[in-house]
Amino acid sequence: MNKIVPAHNIGGYVPMIDGPEKVSGRAKYTADIMAPGMLAGRIFRSPYSHGEILEVDIAAALKLPGVKAIVTGADCDKTFGVLPIARSEHPLARDRVRYRGEPVAAVAAIDDTTALAAVRLIKLKVRELPAYYTAKAAMAPDAIAIHDKKPGNLERDVLFELGNTAQGFAEADLVREETYNCAEVCQNQMEMHAAVADYDAVRGRMTVHASTQVPYYVHLMLSQILDMNMSRIRVIKPHVGGGFGCRTETLNVELITALLARKIGGSVRTVITREETFITHRGRPETDIKLIIGLRKDGRITAVECECDQRGGAHSGYGVVTILYSGSMLYAIYDLHNVKYLGRRVLTNTPPCGAFRGHGTVDIRFAFESLLDRMAGELGLDPFAVRRANYLNAPTFTDNDLMVNSYGLPECVDWVERASGWKARKNTMPKGKGLGMACSHYISGASKPVNWTGEPHATVKIKLDFDGSVVVLSGAAEIGQGSSTILVQTVAEVLGLDLSRIRIVTGDSDIVPKDNGSYSSRVTFLVGNAAIDAAQNLKRVLVAAAARKLEAKPEDIECLGELYRAGAQDKGASFDEVVVEALKDTGTITVTGNYSTIPESHGGKKYRGAAIGGTMGYSYSAQVVEVSVDEETGVVTVDKVWVAHDCGKALNRLTVEGQVQGSVWMGMGQAMSEEVAYHDGLMLTANMLDYRVPTIQDSPPIEVGIVESNDPHGPFGAKEAGEGSLAAFLPALTNAIADAIGIRFNDLPVTPDRVFEAIEKRRRALGKEKNSSGGA
Amino acid sequence: MARILAFVLNDRARTDAVPGNLLLLDYLREVVGLTGTKTGCDGGECGACTVLIDDKPTLSCLTLAASVEGRRVDTVESLGTDGQLSAVQRGFHEKLGAQCGYCTPGFIMASAGLLRKNPNPSEAEIIAALGSNICRCTGYVKIIEAVQYAAALRAQGIAP
Repeated sequence: MNKIVPAHNIGGYVPMIDGPEKVSGRAKYTADIMAPGMLAGRIFRSPYSHGEILEVDIAAALKLPGVKAIVTGADCDKTFGVLPIARSEHPLARDRVRYRGEPVAAVAAIDDTTALAAVRLIKLKVRELPAYYTAKAAMAPDAIAIHDKKPGNLERDVLFELGNTAQGFAEADLVREETYNCAEVCQNQMEMHAAVADYDAVRGRMTVHASTQVPYYVHLMLSQILDMNMSRIRVIKPHVGGGFGCRTETLNVELITALLARKIGGSVRTVITREETFITHRGRPETDIKLIIGLRKDGRITAVECECDQRGGAHSGYGVVTILYSGSMLYAIYDLHNVKYLGRRVLTNTPPCGAFRGHGTVDIRFAFESLLDRMAGELGLDPFAVRRANYLNAPTFTDNDLMVNSYGLPECVDWVERASGWKARKNTMPKGKGLGMACSHYISGASKPVNWTGEPHATVKIKLDFDGSVVVLSGAAEIGQGSSTILVQTVAEVLGLDLSRIRIVTGDSDIVPKDNGSYSSRVTFLVGNAAIDAAQNLKRVLVAAAARKLEAKPEDIECLGELYRAGAQDKGASFDEVVVEALKDTGTITVTGNYSTIPESHGGKKYRGAAIGGTMGYSYSAQVVEVSVDEETGVVTVDKVWVAHDCGKALNRLTVEGQVQGSVWMGMGQAMSEEVAYHDGLMLTANMLDYRVPTIQDSPPIEVGIVESNDPHGPFGAKEAGEGSLAAFLPALTNAIADAIGIRFNDLPVTPDRVFEAIEKRRRALGKEKNSSGGA
Repeated sequence: MARILAFVLNDRARTDAVPGNLLLLDYLREVVGLTGTKTGCDGGECGACTVLIDDKPTLSCLTLAASVEGRRVDTVESLGTDGQLSAVQRGFHEKLGAQCGYCTPGFIMASAGLLRKNPNPSEAEIIAALGSNICRCTGYVKIIEAVQYAAALRAQGIAP
């Protein structure tokens, strides 16, 4: 008997398929693409926060030897932006500059030194306008509009009340109101933004290499900005050095480089600096939150009222979606009724914010889990018991019509309670040490893409040719999160083949099918399901071929990956023989797999924008954070993190662990040290020393528990793993600090100086109390 | 002013005319075409450009090309023998010490430098050796595991 069995490719620890390129230095990122004769691009940026443009003087720069072209706002009157309803941005400012660092002109020169020298010769004359650096200042009654179409500088306000909050608060045993402030933070991915554009003037074709999460959006926006038919544009995504959301939108650097390339009819490479990368921004906005929760003695939440103001920056970007997420994602984690939300997204004269990992949900979750923890303490309830009192009963729909099918939060909560030794340790921690817990959740892909033209939500193709190689063609953007590995594993699993048989080609619009890209944690769920569909379609073709070859009925054919046979006694045909048979009719085989989200997952219509938050599956996370606080210096050390993440089914345990650890750690940066600060609109923190990213020396061990709730719609039951664990860290940290020293921090980041100041304030207050009682 | 630079790059002797103000990082990437060494910041903030100069991890963005005259410089491209990954490369690949991969060449060279000096480092020694490299993807947990695994592979005789 032969012992051939299908290869199993999911559920194990699988190193990433593109790892060898990355560890050997062979992986090419956009800035690594060079060719003889390629020009260097550099951008001239506004030194003013807000002003009417009177003149952009490029005469002296043009005369500099080696300068080949300069483009300004006069070269392009089109606008771009990620949301079809809010395309307010010019690649190069026209008429007005709206933030310090906004691109005004760009130079292509024979080398970078010449391009930089030319940029320094460009002069901008403006009539300065009043500039607003906070949401409050921009909303003041006498503030002028930063965009004429947005009076009051209100990009979008959202108001809904579902249920009856007044009645809910009346039923509560305890009602508390708190305000929270979360500083603006930036993705600060390791690869600085870059673009290479090549214009073929003879054929009128443009090729752009872009460090993007969504090549399709770059393609769309290039077409719009260049006023070129999409079929004349090719977008290539090389290796991408991280995104975390800032590369979801098309960035001005890609568009500007293309404008330069067209002007000179050749190739231009623009690699912007770290400082410029910070200023390009698209990070998480500064957020002010007022939150009221009503809680019963048994731990049930009776009502929630939430106000949220976001300082969005000078252009719309993702703003409308962010402020909607912040409201809708109050739901789908606990069983909430009687919820009122007022969100305001405000335009200011600071660089535009965007979608940062955990888009729209993080700051709200920080506020919610902080207040819940505080109120649990006041009612003498265990924080775990309060979460358990409010679980959803899945499958269910929330009051705002979000579809929840699989719900592993209870298992996550149980896991971190057990793993951290919470019950035994919580009340026996030494002085200055504390434990805190919190929960969070996230979507596995937005059910309705923002640029939807009606086709399936994901399409994957598989090519099979005479050599027996299975080539997956996908537009899903590998940005380091492991999407290509997951797609290869998925196809290999369906076909029962070893991973080494499968290759994948991504990121070239000439070859791969269109994809909506890597954002909102959509790839595993949506593209994974399309890959399964494609692989099943290929398997059907192979089974039919095997049936012809073995003179059997297709329903009798057994697929063992490398062997197809008609029953256990049959010698069968090898995979390679079946491929030859399959190709006889049609030649090279290409199959398609599609996936579309179901209408029930599209969210509701109870308020304008209620579709935002709809997804096929929510991931869940619970965390326990252990801290030590040095009361003499205010330094907080995270000693250990236990995190459990419900990803439905871990297709790859190695990458799930890596994604969850990375999320927790990124949450730690936001909670403890990261902050984008400005002085009169000048970004003061546009480098990695002043923008304090945690180093290896600041970073704790992070123990990951994987919870598998087997989502009924997920590919092999899987949901997302790369975002949902970020948010819970922030409140778990501040809850742990409260446990350690009895002080609650409502403002982020919790830096040593803030901790020290709070401890000193308490000492002074206690001293006064002692003095006054001593004197009485 | 250009000057003649003679040194050993990845085991090969090289002689080039280089401007006196050219950074080693830009020389490696733009002149030689070895793009494995990455630019991650505006100077000395992130460690992505780490190379070994006479086995010592050094930031190539803060080093003038002309200053490596007569020295031995190793970049990530020097690692591995006969097409096989080196111990440190295998550690970062197999233990997922690399996600997006952009900081990885810097981390790998800093780790290779550590293991050449100290073949069996403690966790604290690994953390100290990688303190000036920033990674934005991993949270560093698997980077520590990668270096520990690399040390174990090296003990089995695989080149670091």
